[in-house]
Amino acid sequence: MSDVKLSDVSGPYFGQYGGRFVPEALIAALEELDTEFRKAADDPEFAAELQRLHREYTGRPSPLTEVPRFAAHAGGEHGGVRVFLKREDLNHTGSHKINNVLGQALLVKRMGKKRLIAETGAGQHGVATATAAALMDLECVIYMGEEDTRRQALNVARMRLLGAEVVPVKIGSRTLKDAINEALRDWVANVETTHYLLGTVTGPHPFPEMVRQFHRIIGEEAREQMLERTGRLPDVVAACVGGGSNALGIFNAFLDEKSVELRGFEAGGEGIESGRHAARFSGGALGVLHGARSYLLQDDDGQTLPSHSVSAGLDYPSVGPAHAWLHDLGRATYEPVTDDEAMEAFRLLCRTEGIIPAIESAHALAGALRVGQTAAAEGRTGPDGQPLLLLVNLSGRGDKDVATAARWFGLLDGADNVAAEELERQEGRG
Amino acid sequence: MSTLTEPATGPHTGSRSADLITRLREQENRAALVGYLPVGYPTVDRSIEALKTLVDHGVDLIELGVPYTDPVLDGPVIQAAAQGALDAGARVRDVFRVVRELSDYAPHVPVLVMTYWNPVLKYGPDAFARDLAAAGGAGLITPDLIPDEGADWIEASEKHGLDRVFLVAPSSTPERLRLTAGQSRGFVYAASLMGVTGVRNEVGSRAEQLVADTRAAGAPNVCVGLGVSTGAQAAEVGRFADGVIVGSALVRPLLSDGPLPDDEWAVRLTDLAGVTEDLAAGVRSARASAPADTPAGAKTTSGEAL
Repeated sequence: MSDVKLSDVSGPYFGQYGGRFVPEALIAALEELDTEFRKAADDPEFAAELQRLHREYTGRPSPLTEVPRFAAHAGGEHGGVRVFLKREDLNHTGSHKINNVLGQALLVKRMGKKRLIAETGAGQHGVATATAAALMDLECVIYMGEEDTRRQALNVARMRLLGAEVVPVKIGSRTLKDAINEALRDWVANVETTHYLLGTVTGPHPFPEMVRQFHRIIGEEAREQMLERTGRLPDVVAACVGGGSNALGIFNAFLDEKSVELRGFEAGGEGIESGRHAARFSGGALGVLHGARSYLLQDDDGQTLPSHSVSAGLDYPSVGPAHAWLHDLGRATYEPVTDDEAMEAFRLLCRTEGIIPAIESAHALAGALRVGQTAAAEGRTGPDGQPLLLLVNLSGRGDKDVATAARWFGLLDGADNVAAEELERQEGRG
Repeated sequence: MSTLTEPATGPHTGSRSADLITRLREQENRAALVGYLPVGYPTVDRSIEALKTLVDHGVDLIELGVPYTDPVLDGPVIQAAAQGALDAGARVRDVFRVVRELSDYAPHVPVLVMTYWNPVLKYGPDAFARDLAAAGGAGLITPDLIPDEGADWIEASEKHGLDRVFLVAPSSTPERLRLTAGQSRGFVYAASLMGVTGVRNEVGSRAEQLVADTRAAGAPNVCVGLGVSTGAQAAEVGRFADGVIVGSALVRPLLSDGPLPDDEWAVRLTDLAGVTEDLAAGVRSARASAPADTPAGAKTTSGEAL
């Protein structure tokens, strides 16, 4: 292990995490996928095609934007903290999800399968999958918890516009976890014709490793952009962590750089003590869900506990096995951010920089505010007294969240404006 | 890896399910009827009544389900019952009580517990095996644990003398059939359709081939599940399999939207008895009515003369 770089560790296990805890019926398909993935990784034509799609279809490289007015709230009012956003929100379809989707869709073409299924929480992965299916002429079925179809109604319409069938899942907690259950059932039944385009760095091997590979471009670009812009690496990299794909994508390029602190922010929901959260590292324990061994929110009987978050995309009771491994290694740290903190950061970025982030990404922004404010309070700087450099993965844009934000802040005529007034009061005081 | 390919099953291994299946094959020339019900639906006490009904009306071997929040290999009927059991407060420890009562009621009927892996992982595989053995249970059926990930369970089940029933599917390669046959104890569970549990009109024609392939891979006993709901289907599958596993068709008569008064519950038990008898008659008629030309190779590893 000692000579393997952290960024190159491959599955099926990340430390004691990962594996293949799935029905035997899926093993042959997972083997086929693993074989095709490794063949493609060695095929320059595959890399060239994916690169062309990134450039001409997705719009990569995504920009790096410095946000000084936001940074002023993150302890940077005197220039001691600089904040940079990796703009995955500007990708086609509005989030980082497209990176993985295009990679897997190209594999599906190579395997000769004609039908894609996927789960979605916030709808971003579903939209990206429906988009790739339209582009590559594949049949597409998206499973989405009924609760999430309500929270993200616009994304449901978007997927249907793109030609996908959206199936609301009406069992269990009716959220992301149940959408994955239904997608797995579909896959077991139709495995010979169908590819399950899993949207994050969890699930059975090879998904955690493969999805990381398709997202590592985020960190690789950001690393180059930071060097070009500032002449050095960031001091801290912050990302939100649901399943953990955007976080692993940006962390990966810095895993072997000891000077770079890696900070993941989970959904703290209404607070850990409330029991209504999705903070697996604060409130979870070793368990198995959806094919992988990792940290899991569960009761004494090993039953999965319902998670909660204002953001559908972070509302998941487990977390990618590579994050569990990085957590135990101490290479990355993971903390909860509450709904309130995330929404405050959400509005702050809108007001200070004219960027509406996804509520998921707002958890990373809230984390960055916390990191920057703490650094300023402690007098922490970058090397040689230079400003502290904070890199935040802005994993998605907030168009889908406008209705949620309008309700939260009471922005519509006749709506309850208490929350908005409360925020005004706090901002005035700050 | 060499230990992973040594057949663990065979005659007189101390496996109660294997011994029963062998005896039914050799003395009665028929397949075993394996009946599934979840613990705790609609309540723990009523689930015991329902399980006793299965035993009284012709089920040879019980598959006792542990209700779980994320049952990815189960269809809507069993999902509904599992959710109902959890809503009614069923706990993992209730499994041991139910196993104990069934063992006392019908010591000749092996009880295998069917469970997704996380509840066992949380309980501790060794502790689970210890408590199951102490309650009189015969072993575990593990739908989301493949032998490759099962080192802890293989060790615990060996130590406590329990059966390990792993699954095979039509998509399993010959290598995986050998691995799974070698690591199973009691029997191998052939998931006959590529799909989740649920009642279907026709049992997959690939089931027969899968049974033959699994036997050729070294499994003395192969039971078929996922898709059998009627006596006629049980007869069809019982012709070539060592056991016929029925789940959804037994759960369905018990499903209700809310608590049932005693008299209505009694009617449900009568319905369940009827379904069970139909299935039991099916496995008993299978080979009597089957043509003499049993498919080539179907019995080559059992050493049995039909």
